[in-house]
Amino acid sequence: MHVTPEELDRKALSVLQEYEGKDLSPKQRAQIPLQEMPTQDPKVRVTNMQEVALGYTENQVKAEALRCLQCKNKPCIKGCPVGIDIPAFIAEAAKGEHAKALSIIKESSSLPAICGRVCPQESQCQLYCTVGKALKDVEQSVSIGRIERYVSDYAREHGCETTPKVASETGKKVAVVGTGPASISAAMDLRREGHTVVMFEALHKAGGVLVYGIPEFRLPKKIVEHELQALKDMGVTIRRNYLVGKTRKISDLMGKDGFSAVFVGSGAGLPKFMGIGGENYVGVFSANEYLTRSNLMKAYAVGEALTPMFDSSKVAVFGGGNVAMDAARTAKRLGADEVTVVYRRTEVEMPARREEVAHAKEEGVKFLYLHAPLEITANEKGRVNGVELIQCELGEPDASGRRSPIEIPGSEKIFDYDTVIIAIGNASNPLIKATTDAIEVNRRGNFIVNEETCETTLEGVYAGGDIVLGAATVILAMGQGRKAAKAMNEYLLTK
Amino acid sequence: MNKILSKQRLSQEVFRMSIHAPEIAEARSPGQFIILQMGGDFGERIPLTIADANVEEGSITLIFQAVGETTHRLATLEVGDSIENLLGPLGKPTDIKKYGKVVCVGGGIGVAPLFPIVQGMKRAGNEVKVIMGARNASLLIMEDDMKAQADELIVVTDDGSYGRKALVTEPLKELCESWKPDCVVIIGPPIMMKFAALTTKPYGIHTIVSLNTIMIDGTGMCGGCRANIGGVTKFACVDGPEFDGHLVDWDNLLLRLGTYKPQEEQAHHRCHIGLDIKEGDA
Ligand SMILES: Cc1cc2nc3c(=O)[nH]c(=O)nc-3n(C[C@H](O)[C@H](O)[C@H](O)COP(=O)(O)OP(=O)(O)OC[C@H]3O[C@@H](n4cnc5c(N)ncnc54)[C@H](O)[C@@H]3O)c2cc1C
Ligand SMILES: Cc1cc2nc3c(=O)[nH]c(=O)nc-3n(C[C@H](O)[C@H](O)[C@H](O)COP(=O)(O)OP(=O)(O)OC[C@H]3O[C@@H](n4cnc5c(N)ncnc54)[C@H](O)[C@@H]3O)c2cc1C
Ligand code: SF4
Ligand code: SF4
Ligand code: FES
Repeated sequence: MHVTPEELDRKALSVLQEYEGKDLSPKQRAQIPLQEMPTQDPKVRVTNMQEVALGYTENQVKAEALRCLQCKNKPCIKGCPVGIDIPAFIAEAAKGEHAKALSIIKESSSLPAICGRVCPQESQCQLYCTVGKALKDVEQSVSIGRIERYVSDYAREHGCETTPKVASETGKKVAVVGTGPASISAAMDLRREGHTVVMFEALHKAGGVLVYGIPEFRLPKKIVEHELQALKDMGVTIRRNYLVGKTRKISDLMGKDGFSAVFVGSGAGLPKFMGIGGENYVGVFSANEYLTRSNLMKAYAVGEALTPMFDSSKVAVFGGGNVAMDAARTAKRLGADEVTVVYRRTEVEMPARREEVAHAKEEGVKFLYLHAPLEITANEKGRVNGVELIQCELGEPDASGRRSPIEIPGSEKIFDYDTVIIAIGNASNPLIKATTDAIEVNRRGNFIVNEETCETTLEGVYAGGDIVLGAATVILAMGQGRKAAKAMNEYLLTK
Repeated sequence: MNKILSKQRLSQEVFRMSIHAPEIAEARSPGQFIILQMGGDFGERIPLTIADANVEEGSITLIFQAVGETTHRLATLEVGDSIENLLGPLGKPTDIKKYGKVVCVGGGIGVAPLFPIVQGMKRAGNEVKVIMGARNASLLIMEDDMKAQADELIVVTDDGSYGRKALVTEPLKELCESWKPDCVVIIGPPIMMKFAALTTKPYGIHTIVSLNTIMIDGTGMCGGCRANIGGVTKFACVDGPEFDGHLVDWDNLLLRLGTYKPQEEQAHHRCHIGLDIKEGDA
């Protein structure tokens, strides 16, 4: 049942009336009910592209902050890849000191409004939370991400963010390839030290996956634009429509154009296909293509956008990660009658964030577990009309620790679909490697870097984010961008 | 922002524009293309071949046919206007080297992207014969440019309104028999490339084609441009756009090109109402 935001706010208010301003024991705090995230009604939101999660109200954020025990040993911090001082910012949020809370977060993270929305909190900070442990349910942990989101939204909307100070100009030039989270955070920390920073983006819009991949209904693009504007306000130049390796090679940027160092955050933009028959039929898309059409090209605005979207009625999405959820939920919003996520294992093994799976279900997305595709079939016009699926059972855990699917012979069956979206993952974009010999990559094509400094095998060239980690997360990309920037700032002192 | 430096109308539907893009002009080689996008948030990204470049002037030349909404909009821009987004050079350059005897075949608008290849092949020391074809005389472009480069130029039209009345495959077959080229380059509508590639196949002549798949990013990120080449899936934007014409799965390519036919027809109808280009506008 969908609970309205007003109802949730009322409940939060009654919590505050009961508990606020009192000296609470840990036991009492743990009794405070978890504050649900207010959302758009599922029936309504499947007809629009606006953000699903509406964000806490002021009462809710205070009520949720009261649940934090302010643990002495701060276990949550070790779950956060960038080590945000979580109890400290929650304590400020509890007092309504949101600008202070934000400045604590910003010491460690450059993109809290984004991470607060898209971090897989249940497997990071919230996994270690004492409250969740005490209640034996990670879903009952303090909602760290939601509080983080609230304070950053508050500060943005009330104009009380502090712009990072820029040191006096050093006259040194640094190139940043890509404009995803790794590059944004690297650019910010490099500019802070007074270097001239030029970012190069292949697409006509900056922001990386945050803009072309993750849909508006999960991450409003105006938030990404705001972060990019902050960079520009600091004096960072963003050059779009510039494909490093093609428009100009890294060796030219360093040799001819006077860049003393380069950060590469080119991401994992190479879609994987399954290698089964029929993958090139009409109606088979990589999730990247499907999402790029809808998000970057705004094809969801039918009638207004010039980029078309395929007309679908029965859609199968292969995969079980965030990308699969985003594709399925987008297809639903674009008017498909039936959308099914087909996954080889079971719900427990699905790598997608729990919240996204729950939202997808509320929106009517179906899930077919323990099935793997064998072949895509098509009609005489080459248009998809079905997929042959085989049933699987779970075997022994594989390298990833998840139980691996084993096909059950004789269980093949053809299911009707007219659209197939493949969301089984992305590999590293090979373009820079292909045009820069001295950069060494591993078997998967990921850049090999020094773990401490993020420097590649080519001196002065650093890398971070998905191009190093393989398809990972926003917060990990951001963390690597900052780590690289720190090392680059030191390197530039010697130049 | 890339300023339009000059504009000409080559035929009823075909335009030539030179555009300020110094970095692309410097980096490009024959066979490469750009992707452009206009119209704010809602515009489409479309690929066009770099037909020529002038490094001193810092410009590239595009030759395009107004077939749908984006190309019609492009055609309405004038000298001094700018194109918001222009990315390039993309794709792999043509494998230009000394083959010996080369036949270059261009159909319709394909003559434009063929031109820098003809130039390149000549410069590499090849003997080059060019076959160019169009549905009718009014659609023929760049005849003089080609004449100036080629060792022999054969012009054909489907309806015989100019040159020889034939499809390009006829003179191509004759040259395969009599002249025995070492390499054939074919650029044109996919259906023409298919039959021209079939024509050279029995002679075992190395045949290069340039695939005009649907593209979005042009950087290898979306896979929308994929084509089946000798049983292997390739991305035309980064692995191509040129491939061995004897390995291309033409039927699949043609099907994939029709993915958005219904939507395009609607849009085309719209753009003809909104931005009709009258004869003599340019
Ligand atoms: C659909 C989808 C949903 C996701 N959901 C989540 C989520 O909920 N939570 C989460 O934490 N993570 C999520 N992720 C993963 C997360 O988005 C990535 O891990 C993160 O964006 C990686 O950041 P990055 O800076 O390394 O690269 P990217 O964000 O990939 O940005 C790379 C940029 O570099 C540009 N580029 C590439 N090559 C060049 C070049 N040669 N020259 C110039 N520019 C170039 C690209 O165009 C791109 O804009 C999701 C990913 C996808 C695709
Ligand atoms: C590598 C490459 C080089 C090209 N070079 C030239 C050139 O030099 N001159 C020229 O006139 N044309 C060229 N084309 C074709 C050109 O891209 C299309 O004519 C253009 O995209 C049509 O867009 P539209 O909106 O005007 O028409 P639409 O009505 O959208 O489409 C008309 C036709 O163009 C094709 N098309 C539509 N969108 C795309 C897209 N995003 N990418 C590719 N094809 C699409 C469709 O299959 C359709 O048949 C090239 C295509 C490729 C792939
Ligand atoms: S950045 Fe992510 S992991 Fe760190 S505290 Fe915020 S939500 Fe948790
Ligand atoms: S572990 Fe949980 S309760 Fe303890 S300080 Fe961190 S957020 Fe608060
Ligand atoms: S156009 Fe997207 S991969 Fe080629």
